[in-house]
Amino acid sequence: MSSAVAKKKALTFQELLFTLQRFWAEHGCVLQQPYDLEVGAGTMSPDTFLRVLGPKPINIAYAQPSRRPADGRYGENPNRLFRHTQLQVILKPPPERVQELYLESLVAIGIDLTQHDIKFEEDNWEWPVGGAWGVGWQVMLDGQEITQFTYFQQCGGMDLDPISGEITYGLERIAQFLQDLDSIYDIVWSRDPVTGAEMTYGDVRLHEEQQFSAYSFDYADVPKLWEHLKLYEAECLELLAKWPDIAEGSVKYRQTVEGAGGTYSNSQILRFPTMGAYELALKCSHTFNLLDARGAISVTERVGVMARIRNLIVGVAKIYAEQGRLTAAS
Amino acid sequence: MPDLLLEIGLEEVPARMIAGAQAELLKRTLVLLTREQLIDAEPTAKSYSTPRRLAVLIHDVKAQQSDITEEVTGPAVKIAFRDGKPTPAAEAFARKSGVAVADLKTIATPKGEYLAASILKKGRSAAEVIASELPKEIAAIHWAKNMYWRPGKPERFVRPVLWLVCLLGETVVPLEFAGKTAGRASYGHRVLSSGDPFEIVSPESYLAQLEGEFVLADVEVRRQKIRKSLDHVCRTVPGARWREDEALVDAVTHLTEWPDVLLGSFEPAYLELPEEVLVTVMRDHQKYFAVEDASGKLAAHFLTVTNIALDAKNTPIIRQGNERVLRARFNDARFFWEFDQRTPLVERIKLLENVTFQKDLGSYAAKSERVREICHILGTRVVGPDFQFDFNALLDAASFAKADLTTELVKEFTELQGIIGGLYAKSQGIREATADAIYDQYLPASASDTIPHSHEGCLLGLADRIDTISGMFGLGLEPTGSKDPFALRRAANAIVRILAESDLPLKLSEVIKASSPSPEVEAKVVAFFAERIDFYLREGHGQAYDVVKAVMAAGADNLRDLVARAEAVTAVRGSEDFLAVSAAFKRIKNILAQAEFVLDSGVALVPTNDTPERNLLRKFAELHAKVDELSQRHAYRQALETIAKIRPEVDAFFDQVMVNDPDPTIRKQRLTLLATVLSGFSGIADFSEIVTAG
Repeated sequence: MSSAVAKKKALTFQELLFTLQRFWAEHGCVLQQPYDLEVGAGTMSPDTFLRVLGPKPINIAYAQPSRRPADGRYGENPNRLFRHTQLQVILKPPPERVQELYLESLVAIGIDLTQHDIKFEEDNWEWPVGGAWGVGWQVMLDGQEITQFTYFQQCGGMDLDPISGEITYGLERIAQFLQDLDSIYDIVWSRDPVTGAEMTYGDVRLHEEQQFSAYSFDYADVPKLWEHLKLYEAECLELLAKWPDIAEGSVKYRQTVEGAGGTYSNSQILRFPTMGAYELALKCSHTFNLLDARGAISVTERVGVMARIRNLIVGVAKIYAEQGRLTAAS
Repeated sequence: MPDLLLEIGLEEVPARMIAGAQAELLKRTLVLLTREQLIDAEPTAKSYSTPRRLAVLIHDVKAQQSDITEEVTGPAVKIAFRDGKPTPAAEAFARKSGVAVADLKTIATPKGEYLAASILKKGRSAAEVIASELPKEIAAIHWAKNMYWRPGKPERFVRPVLWLVCLLGETVVPLEFAGKTAGRASYGHRVLSSGDPFEIVSPESYLAQLEGEFVLADVEVRRQKIRKSLDHVCRTVPGARWREDEALVDAVTHLTEWPDVLLGSFEPAYLELPEEVLVTVMRDHQKYFAVEDASGKLAAHFLTVTNIALDAKNTPIIRQGNERVLRARFNDARFFWEFDQRTPLVERIKLLENVTFQKDLGSYAAKSERVREICHILGTRVVGPDFQFDFNALLDAASFAKADLTTELVKEFTELQGIIGGLYAKSQGIREATADAIYDQYLPASASDTIPHSHEGCLLGLADRIDTISGMFGLGLEPTGSKDPFALRRAANAIVRILAESDLPLKLSEVIKASSPSPEVEAKVVAFFAERIDFYLREGHGQAYDVVKAVMAAGADNLRDLVARAEAVTAVRGSEDFLAVSAAFKRIKNILAQAEFVLDSGVALVPTNDTPERNLLRKFAELHAKVDELSQRHAYRQALETIAKIRPEVDAFFDQVMVNDPDPTIRKQRLTLLATVLSGFSGIADFSEIVTAG
């Protein structure tokens, strides 16, 4: 058939993104913008990692450019990228028959399920550095993994209640699949509706892949990266250390104020910059990934550095959860 | 009597867990119904499963438990009645039993006369019992990994429950589990059915109705369909055969509700990559079956099992998708294969210093050093005019063995460790004996594997594993119960198999000692191996447990010899003479134990005048020489038959001689004789361990 016909009808990369975003918006999701910091996966955005904590329900979707320095191939490998794009959907709590909803989203992007082989194969997710794990599936479409589907169970080492359902679409893979291409770089990113002129993924992103691969493998300054890591970590730790006093002080203050018949304001708690601390922890994580790509981390060091970053991220999650409880209680 | 159907509808259950859960659900249901006296002793029962459902079908369930009359004993008559009138004790008992005092009976017991009452226990209906008890059984199913999903976390189960069907005959039993109430609505195939629920009419119609909705719920039917389709589709390529792979057939059976098979191809140029790599990509990463040509060589085709019916329209689309994925995977593998070769194994040995084996045992470089040393000790021990191998190749193999852990290919395909090292070694011009030993070092990894093909490979495999075992035991990291995080049992099983199945002239104790354990660790390791040897003889050779005990009691250091002895004992154990001799030896052992007799080798046997005693000694001396000679030649079966020949003399001795003679000298003499016979004939097995039924 007609893979030519299939190609013509297939969505461009940006149409794919529009369509999925529209689909999830129509199913009650808040559409958020990508997080403006380097992350390795959509899960690390605070819109997932922090929002899944605590009792507040939310449905949210966003595209997240995800950087994995070690996966860069200077733009020479047709299937591996330094930076790929995930479409991340968080459903907290997940609705009944959430898999059917997901399958509808595939239909929306032009996948006729009767013409393909689709399987949900066990694939559990774990992010030890975030004290986070969940169970779920990789969704296989004609032998290609196109989506990661996870029921979050723990985050920051804490049990979640309610849990969240996470759907992570690999946009490049899906576009490659829809457009029936062997190389990511040939994906049609956009098509001018007037002239029909096409921009490919390569046109838009190849130079980034070349330069960032070179930066992370060849140029990044190892001693300075270590220095960055130390600075980010130190500031993050300082912030985290301030929390107990503020939490405790606020509780006492509240008792005093309310004892005197006054009105307590929880602004001290609300304004505590847990998210600032989280960004510093994310910086550490990305710096670690760069050092790793540079081959600067020995196996022995690796465990130690990961434990340091885990300490930051799990610390942030604990404070965020407590902050939520204290503000909810007022 | 009605049939019972239970179906649990689930989001896709991990393939690896389905078979176990299906069996457990059936077992739990049967145990429950038996306990509640709702089924006969030998019920007809079936269980079914797909990725999205578990089901059981039990035939002929009683609709109602029978009423039971129970006799309850009350107070003693002398307390219950005073002066012929009932006391409060009698009245209370009557009230509790729900009968009038006049209806109470008197029964005679060894303790005297007591009051008794017959109580009628009304049987409950099956529906009532099932609704209240079956959910507990469902909840108790063991899952390797489970989850919670409902707010408040009321239960944990493998995946969210979507629906429940429970029918007793045509009637719904509305049992409740995980927030669902059972009805008769089930769901068909995700894509091929309409997606709407449909009603199960009765347990009998279940399978056929599901089939109408494109679900083959019977696992064996699905498995056969897959096998047939694999054969059938393969036939479209002349001379081609699919590589048999039971585990893969099992996996895809549990991944599909309506399986079909599709043939795909890849560019023959990829066949230049090692077959091991290609097959691993196809099998482990894509769940594809490899195809070979008539000569057994890998062909440029693969087979994939789909969860949808294939037709002229969707086949080319699905094929194209799968072929593209495989091409990308093969490209990756080729990239790694070529990239890795830029750093030869010789240079990679140095890199192992940065790869931790275990934090207290150091890096893989340190481990390689130790393994090389152990290889040196073992090699020195076995080398000789009757046993030749390439000593330098062995030592080189020990140095190179772990170098492939630093390659991208092994990082990507960890299951190919060793194999990749062997392949790189060969392509980098390292001599063949070394490359082969590296390649085979992890054999046998499972019961179906062979041991390494060469002496060098066997020695390397022994050295690597005993280093791990002694090292971990030294740190107190031995396996406990079901926990064996370092797979030490598997490592020990492999050592046992290599020693028992190769022709290495090595004893287990020599292998253990070569790893230089401390005396305490050595003792623990020896005890650990005893369990593994026991396991090997029972599971690997199907030996009965008493035979295993008997032969191990006679020594378990030379494992090849141990297996030969076990086989000989099993071969003769049915003979009447042998059983009689075993029984006699058991008697001897008991007599010696009761007398707390210890054989003093300094005491010479002086035959007395009693004929049976003299005869026994004479016969023993005659047979013992023969048994020794036969044992030397490992002719254990004949040796055992020879031992059995002592039966008449032993029988006569026990018939006519009293061991416990009042004269202590004579008694000691007789005990010495018996102890000598026992110890002289216990070199092959301790016969007193043999179970002589009757």
